[in-house]
Amino acid sequence: MIVINGIIQGAILLGAILGIVAYLTWLERKFSARMQSRVGPYLVGRPHGWLQPIADGLKLISKEDITPSKADSLLFNLAPGWVVVVSLLGFAFLPLTANWVLANLDVGLLYFTAIGSLIVIGIFLAGWSSNNKYALLSSVRSAAQIVAYEIPLLFSLLVPAILSGSLNFMDIIKAQNDLWFIAYPVIGQISFIIFLLAALAESNRMPFDLSEAESELIAGFNIEYSGMKFAYFYLGEYAHLLAVSLLVSILFFGGPLGPILPGGLWIGIKTVLVFLSILWIRWSFLRVRIDQLMMLNWKILTPVSLLNLLLAGLWVTLNF
Amino acid sequence: MEGNSDERIIEREFGELALNMGPQHPSTHGVFRLQLYLRGETVTKVTPHIGYLHRGVEKLSETLDYDMLPPVFERDDYLSPTANSLAYVLAVERLAGFEVTRRASYLRVLTAELQRVASHLVAIGTFGLDLGGSMGGGATLFLYCFRDRERILDLMETLTGTRFHTNMNQIGGVRYDVYPGFDSEVLSTVKYLVNQVNEYRSILEGNPIFLERTKDVGIVTQELAKEVGASGPVLRATGIPYDLRKNKPYCSYDEFNFEIPIGTIGDVFDRYLVRIKEISESISIVTQVLEGLPEGSINTRKPLKRATLLKPPKGAEAYAAVESPRGELGFFILSDGTSKPYRIKIRSPSFSNIALIPEIIPGHLVADAVAILGSLDPVFGDVDR
Repeated sequence: MIVINGIIQGAILLGAILGIVAYLTWLERKFSARMQSRVGPYLVGRPHGWLQPIADGLKLISKEDITPSKADSLLFNLAPGWVVVVSLLGFAFLPLTANWVLANLDVGLLYFTAIGSLIVIGIFLAGWSSNNKYALLSSVRSAAQIVAYEIPLLFSLLVPAILSGSLNFMDIIKAQNDLWFIAYPVIGQISFIIFLLAALAESNRMPFDLSEAESELIAGFNIEYSGMKFAYFYLGEYAHLLAVSLLVSILFFGGPLGPILPGGLWIGIKTVLVFLSILWIRWSFLRVRIDQLMMLNWKILTPVSLLNLLLAGLWVTLNF
Repeated sequence: MEGNSDERIIEREFGELALNMGPQHPSTHGVFRLQLYLRGETVTKVTPHIGYLHRGVEKLSETLDYDMLPPVFERDDYLSPTANSLAYVLAVERLAGFEVTRRASYLRVLTAELQRVASHLVAIGTFGLDLGGSMGGGATLFLYCFRDRERILDLMETLTGTRFHTNMNQIGGVRYDVYPGFDSEVLSTVKYLVNQVNEYRSILEGNPIFLERTKDVGIVTQELAKEVGASGPVLRATGIPYDLRKNKPYCSYDEFNFEIPIGTIGDVFDRYLVRIKEISESISIVTQVLEGLPEGSINTRKPLKRATLLKPPKGAEAYAAVESPRGELGFFILSDGTSKPYRIKIRSPSFSNIALIPEIIPGHLVADAVAILGSLDPVFGDVDR
């Protein structure tokens, strides 16, 4: 019975996430259009092109599925699936209200970072198996970038864990009952900023989207992909982004905590706000260069996040 | 991607990755191929390949009459059409000994400077694409710049009936006169543009990512710039104040008061800075033109429908150059006494400017190669002709 219940709940969650992710692309298109004084999707489904994501999906499904003759077809076809599955797995342990989570795991935070760092394997496989020089360069960049940014990401994630004394998301939320972790002086803000930057780098978003830097590498690792396999990468990217936004709202903004409105609504509002600020960053900044990206990581983010971790430890030990 | 045998040998023996950038590539500014040899991400050698947009304009011009040619040359450098036709009509006027009224000269300056602003806006916008990609902040800059450029194209449309290839210049004068109320429209657009340009400057020059990406990248020394015959903003960014509008004034440019912005070390940032400062200077010239627009007719001769009117003497030759937004654009014309030119040679600024590529790109990263190419602002219609 528990198994069936779990499967049903998981299916509902999966469907909800896929639907939300589809509409996040619409949100991004409308948001970026507003930033650029355009209108954005408008005609497919009045008002404001609300059918656009579905039309996009149908278009991508109906496209020809191309595998280049010189590509390693097994790995080439495996990579998009890997990226989607791994991105979606991250949601299983994220609480969506104050008392509902699909699987309440004691090491939820650790699990999430572990799953998050598996995405790079899919990207590297895609770039390597495409047998294309642009894709190869992109996948090498991507591997270097994601592996490097794991370190500040993890260090900044440890700060909420230390402050709450647990790796369980439920406990982390409960610990923020009095004060959200973002409001902790210095450590909260530093850890939030570093986490956001590292998460942007890890999910290949602007200004760190070096692996699909279209101005030099055209589309990077997904250059040879078309149709639904391309859509899988897109889906994986947005699902990961949604997971990151959700994680930020849980770890730093108290997740479902908030007055009057129900917890599910609060976490939704916070997640959308975080997502919109990621979009705001994306559509405002230019891309950094690979060496500048690495410098930022090793010379600034890693030492600062390490120091911040120390401060958080002192905070807890001295018991303010 | 099948490499040719040359690439294979290099990859096998030197361990370098040969990468073809183009001819279909989002940031080669047209159809252009860069053959990059990479060691890691660093470019060790680069070979540019041009000619993908060769349209045989010089040969075509030998089969058309003098009066039919200005519209053809406007398609040449497709970001600053009037500069092309202006250089051509100046050369023909020198060849045939025509005088142009002051009013016509002023109107030529007006359109040339408005299109310089439009062209520099395109250069800065696409430079944003090169630095930030079409899926991020670069696209935002690009669309802002194109939105403002549209205001200038609207002005052109009200003046000439055509947004872009205005066909304004003709031998002996200009084709369209300003109408009452045009100057107030221009002045309101100019006021808007000044605000916008200041906003872009504050956005870009206060942005650490933009500064990091452009400062000390792709440095062109003065010697190198002179050696390849670079001109325009590329040359002025190195600190040489050479501008035909000042050095060899044509079209009554000597009657206007304007500065020649120059750079200091000739890197990508200086080239950007020279362009965006030139926008302000061009705007100031436009207002001066409108303030001091002399009375008189706008052309000294009317082209007949019959193609036998203009026949320069046999053996006459003339060269005229203008400062196009990309640099010194010159037309050399040789006449054989008929109504068609015997030979036309175009000295195009983009062609000379991209000769810098093999010299300055090696040693930079791939991302810088794109930024450097964007900062040279080549137009491949102008390079290949």
